[in-house]
Amino acid sequence: MTLNTSRRGFLKGAAAATAVLLVGTRPDGAIAAANAENTALNPFVKINADGRVTAIIKHFEKGQGPATGLSTLIAEELGLSMDQIDYEFAPSNPQVYNNLLFGPFQGTGGSTAMANSFVQYRNAGAAAREMLIQAAAQEWGVASTDLSIENGVIQGAGKSASLGDFVAAAAQIEAPAEPRLKDPSEFRLIGNPDVRRLDSEIKGNGKAIYAMDLHLPNQMIAMIARSPQKGGTVTGFDDTGSKDVKGFIRAATLPTGAGVVVYAENTWAAMQARDALDVSWDLSAAETRSSDEIRDEILAALEAEPEYNVTKADQAATLSAIDDAATVVERTFYFPLLAHAPMEPLNCTIEATADGGIVLHDGSQMPTGPHMALAQIFQLPMEKIQINTLLAGGSFGRRATPDADYQVEAALAFALTDRSRPVKLVWSREDDLRSGYYRPAFGHKVRVGLDSDGHILGWDHRIAGQSIMKGTAFEAMMVHDGVDHSSVEGVSDTPYQIPGMFVGLTDTKKATSTLWWRSVGHTHTAYAMEVMMDLAAEAAGVDPVEYRLRHLTGGKDQERLAGVLKLAAEKASWGAAPDGRTQGIAVHKSFGSYAAEVVEISGNAEDGVKIEKVTCAVDCGLAVNPDVVKAQMEGGIGYGIGHVMRDQITLTGGEVDQYNFPDYEPLRIGDIGAIDVHVVPSAEAPTGVGEPGTPPSAPALANAVARASTDLILSDLPMTESNVSFV
Amino acid sequence: MTITLKLNGKTHDVEAEPGTPLLWVIRDELKLTGTKFGCGVASCGACTVHLNGEPVRSCQTYVEDVEDAEITTIEGIDNPIAKAVQQAWMELDVVQCGYCQSGQVMSAVGLLSENPKPSAEEIDEYMYGNACRCATYQRIRAGIQRASEIMEA
Ligand code: FES
Ligand code: FES
Repeated sequence: MTLNTSRRGFLKGAAAATAVLLVGTRPDGAIAAANAENTALNPFVKINADGRVTAIIKHFEKGQGPATGLSTLIAEELGLSMDQIDYEFAPSNPQVYNNLLFGPFQGTGGSTAMANSFVQYRNAGAAAREMLIQAAAQEWGVASTDLSIENGVIQGAGKSASLGDFVAAAAQIEAPAEPRLKDPSEFRLIGNPDVRRLDSEIKGNGKAIYAMDLHLPNQMIAMIARSPQKGGTVTGFDDTGSKDVKGFIRAATLPTGAGVVVYAENTWAAMQARDALDVSWDLSAAETRSSDEIRDEILAALEAEPEYNVTKADQAATLSAIDDAATVVERTFYFPLLAHAPMEPLNCTIEATADGGIVLHDGSQMPTGPHMALAQIFQLPMEKIQINTLLAGGSFGRRATPDADYQVEAALAFALTDRSRPVKLVWSREDDLRSGYYRPAFGHKVRVGLDSDGHILGWDHRIAGQSIMKGTAFEAMMVHDGVDHSSVEGVSDTPYQIPGMFVGLTDTKKATSTLWWRSVGHTHTAYAMEVMMDLAAEAAGVDPVEYRLRHLTGGKDQERLAGVLKLAAEKASWGAAPDGRTQGIAVHKSFGSYAAEVVEISGNAEDGVKIEKVTCAVDCGLAVNPDVVKAQMEGGIGYGIGHVMRDQITLTGGEVDQYNFPDYEPLRIGDIGAIDVHVVPSAEAPTGVGEPGTPPSAPALANAVARASTDLILSDLPMTESNVSFV
Repeated sequence: MTITLKLNGKTHDVEAEPGTPLLWVIRDELKLTGTKFGCGVASCGACTVHLNGEPVRSCQTYVEDVEDAEITTIEGIDNPIAKAVQQAWMELDVVQCGYCQSGQVMSAVGLLSENPKPSAEEIDEYMYGNACRCATYQRIRAGIQRASEIMEA
């Protein structure tokens, strides 16, 4: 396959003189088709006269596989094999390429790419199939019911032809409003574990082009010196040292005062010139706290009356049930700030077009955000701003800030020039770790009261931390009655049947910029819930799997969660770990999917823990690409475990202490043994896979480590802060 | 100053100041972008290239020190070991975001060149410096073992 990565390649190819069939939706959502001249339509599938089929991908590809997944949907319904389909990323258009779960907003996140596209993309493929068949049937004078498309060939009634032969005729036919979608029993590609990713080859041979790889003619590289403490502003700078750097062009203060931009001829010159810059800052409004103070603030909030009663439960009843309990299990947890640290440092490029427009080249996770921000900065209508979406080297949430942070920086840096040269803004790894956005710090204090038989009587769960959604465009969607759902998701909506549950929330001050981080609130809520479940099971003297199952009855959610729990336990030979090994288990629902994980370790906290093996069971509804689902679980588990082992962002006097990977150590290959993933066969609608692997991984590890060690209280994370060593 | 580099079998005269990391000459001057920037401090491996057949971190290799060496980047590596690794990578769909993978492939080729049948422990040890934020490690391990089989066949 070939990926179209030329500068203006996005969709402009449709203007070729030859016939083309485009099938997609109109802005009102109706299925529609067109030939190249019709611009009132944005297609999901494009078929050229030479028979080549291209899927237009509205989601961005940061590794989670939507380019392959959405292409699979089109290929399935259109009757193609996977080597007969290419893909291109869609332009930014919030009306047509929006995430159906986000409203008029194009974006990838919340593990929604497949969930919101499953029917939409199949419809486009199926409509194209019906139109091509109808065109062939008319031409051949046969009934369309006699024809089918197999492996890209229209056939039946003793005839056969390439798709391309009927592209022109099909484009004249009205698109069916409700094309017939295949019955799951007819699927050949959807659910097929042998379907391979479409981007493996170019990513293994260095040909894949990420935003960082773009070299526009005559481009300048921009890097920004930012305040050492968040919120500081520039009062002046001296670039004498920078002028000695060959390739340095100039330096200028951003109009926001948030930093000084250094422009240079190449990246190395930009790095050196920035290092040589002497900037003075007004830090009077800047962050001055240390992470210890942030921690104290959060822990104090857990001791005070909560600001919000999240589920409007009877708090007094919960407290009195716990007072009467035979046993009370109590634990306080602290979750530190975490950086996303995607492998490709943040960057994007901005250039002006001849007709006064602007093009942003970006591995953009939520193009609508930067699209609107750029329209405002450049005072241009939305249609004068184009976004060329390129591959992204990971994101984990970082490439989707509500304020389009790095794209805005690039736009401001570009606006300070005469606009004759494209400007590519590059972040270093230090910028990424130090000037970034973080998973907010959170604390949980949980008290569980059990009767003498180990039954739960009351569960008092206090959460304190910084809201991610308040003050952003997502506030209306995510915050209700003052409660930011992303602060409590995974606790307040737990599928466990817990009698007497009270959930309290207190928002603490923003310490620094907060941002969703792979699995958002579930990064801490799953940990608190699942460690408490193990402690309660232990207090009750019941096996942790058995204890969880007792609280998973009564509905479909509970049934599916119990299903993955049992499957993971079975596949991991739960309770029969080899000598010298200890297992821990956790199960959690997030983003509509259910995941259970068993972590098997050797050693213990004191002598050093080695993660030998992880077994995972996932129910994500119908798995469109089962091997991609497995890969996402593997990656999600590694991401969760890598951070909970030893990573945190800390501040001293408002300044971030970490610099680069040596002190924000990524998970390494030797840190984790085999990961064995089992996907539950399902006919339910597909749900998320990019994130649900992450939440259970950390508590499953914690539960294993706690069982292997004596008197270990794993309250402070990362685990190295609770005196756990790893070998 | 002008520096002459032997890269991917060709000679290139490039303008670069002493102390410039080879990485930036490869990416910005020669426009070979398969070699990636991930950290700049030799701790992620995304920038791995071969110097006389041995993997090195190009972000911490200075251009004036490599004038006499044979430099190979992901674009230029096409020996049977590299082909086996790339085939295995595709068979197993090792990649996710893919950004670290040029470096992973270059290191894997380095490993298999000196040890055609590495054990899982030997793989873990050799590949330690190649970080993958997408955590594709288990497939990297399997991919190297599969490449080893392909090489034997
Ligand atoms: S960029 Fe060279 S090791 Fe990270
Ligand atoms: S595949 Fe994304 S960093 Fe390795």
